[in-house]
Amino acid sequence: MAATTTSEEMSAFSDALAVLGAAIAAILGFYVTIYSTDAAMKFHGAVLGVGAVIGAIVVLNSLSSKGGERPYYHDGPIKFAAIAAVFWGIAGFLVGDIIAWQMAFPALNLDLPWTSFGRLRPLHTSAVIFAFGGNALLATSLYVVQRTTKARLFGRWSPWFVVFGYNIFIVIAGTGYVLGITQSKEYAEPEWYADLFLTIVWVYYLIVFGGTLLKRKEPHIYVANWFYLAFILTIAMLHIVNNLTLPVSLTEPKSYILFSGVQDAMTQWWYGHNAVGFFLTAGFLGMMYYFIPKRAERPVYSYRLSIVHFWSLIFLYIWAGPHHLHYTALPDWAQTLGMTFSIMLWMPSWGGMINGLMTLSGAWDKLRTDPVIRMMVVSVAFYGMSTFEGPLMSVKAVNSLSHYTDWTIGHVHSGALGWVGMISFGALYCLFPWLWKRKGLYSIHLVEWHFWISTVGILLYITAMWVSGILQGLMWRAYDELGFLKYSFVETVDAMHIPYIIRAGGGALFVIGALMMAYNLWRTARGDESIDLEDQPRVAAAPEIRATLAPAE
Amino acid sequence: MTYHTVAAFTQSLSLVLFFVLFIGVVIYALWPGNRQKFEHAARMPLDSDDHDPTLTRDTGGRN
Repeated sequence: MAATTTSEEMSAFSDALAVLGAAIAAILGFYVTIYSTDAAMKFHGAVLGVGAVIGAIVVLNSLSSKGGERPYYHDGPIKFAAIAAVFWGIAGFLVGDIIAWQMAFPALNLDLPWTSFGRLRPLHTSAVIFAFGGNALLATSLYVVQRTTKARLFGRWSPWFVVFGYNIFIVIAGTGYVLGITQSKEYAEPEWYADLFLTIVWVYYLIVFGGTLLKRKEPHIYVANWFYLAFILTIAMLHIVNNLTLPVSLTEPKSYILFSGVQDAMTQWWYGHNAVGFFLTAGFLGMMYYFIPKRAERPVYSYRLSIVHFWSLIFLYIWAGPHHLHYTALPDWAQTLGMTFSIMLWMPSWGGMINGLMTLSGAWDKLRTDPVIRMMVVSVAFYGMSTFEGPLMSVKAVNSLSHYTDWTIGHVHSGALGWVGMISFGALYCLFPWLWKRKGLYSIHLVEWHFWISTVGILLYITAMWVSGILQGLMWRAYDELGFLKYSFVETVDAMHIPYIIRAGGGALFVIGALMMAYNLWRTARGDESIDLEDQPRVAAAPEIRATLAPAE
Repeated sequence: MTYHTVAAFTQSLSLVLFFVLFIGVVIYALWPGNRQKFEHAARMPLDSDDHDPTLTRDTGGRN
């Protein structure tokens, strides 16, 4: 490809801009390190500063190694995000299991502030949602948008800044929780400076994704990209509005939110529920709409349904937040509104589930032969189950029993471990051989093991939480014949001991499965000879190898 | 203008707006003229030139 002078000038210009951006970030970071009064914030300044210096070195280093043929698609940042997803997944699942054991045996919090449940819990939730899930979404969205638009990613350094900057944010957020920095908003714990940095990263993500869509070579924008775009846009809106805070000083971590009282609560749960709706649902539906057809080698069951699915899902989800605030100071009509929209969500959720499952029509035998497709199909089944359970729990009468109990925790995990976890595992098992140009995975039989061990783990987890949650709810509302509460709080805690142990055991199985995956993917990326290539489908191979295996369809 | 009149107005307006939008989406999805486009779109992930679309178009050689 003969590069014109203009494109060389363009790339020199973007190299200069990248170094300039890194220099500004480094100055800001080290300024905070020197002048902040808070030790943890000093550390965070250093993380940003060192990260920016590394970024600048990478950019400058690339100047000396010019030349060599450039592949058509830009997959470097995708590899980075895919590895990060595996790493953070294991970290997040492990911390989750540690706090699950803490619930059963409180002495395991070691009586230290850094390892207490209150600090490790946001570490777990952010690590699994934003670090594992976020990196999986970054990797898959940047892969899918290129393949379905037939266009290379927009920007030269921007895609790298998005994945690298996002992970710097994760480090700042996660270490902040352990060191005691939080603004106490569930799933939005990072303080103002981390929020500002994430905003910049996210705007770049939108620019890269949207820019690639604009230069697409296919006239139609494939439905997976609609879901990814809705996820990126809505998360930007939610993140900014829910983090409208005023810091007490530019060198201190503490800030105050602009809203007060019930407005703050409503904004928080508008954010919180749409983090579920647009991060954990829309984004991963984008994944479903690409990786299931791709792996099954079948077209989407009904493309028309996918259009109705998309628009009804995004129109309904945004209103469901108030169901988190039933029987609170929130006006009654708002609670009813949240409940009504949650129930209406049954329709698009199940429409989407049917579309994902029925994509296998004509290829159901693959469920038996390909554990990767089975993982994704079970994931969609869990999606159907948890999106049935969610609206049910949002009904006020049910909520009066289920709210604040472990039932909620079980519900969340059937969605998180079952749906988000399994669809991401499936996508990662697809992506690694494709990105590293291998003939297949290191071992498909190990995937089989991963599938069964994590499925058993999830089932133990959610059944234990159903038992414990309903037990807890019933004990809380039990009265004796004189109208006094029948049980003290500590009796309800004691009653949950055995389910807590079962839950922690199920979580441990899930962690073991993820470790198997990490080993398998590492051997795949390293280029080790596959031990069971004959059992793998043709589609497991990287596209350029696949093309040589069989004639084009 | 009281809160209640504003609320009644915006609530009715949004009802109409969302309903019309939804009907529009359904008509777009079911429009016979779009059938071909959607059938092509449903197969978009299956294209075999995932690594370099210029290869299949230029009879195999990089230029």
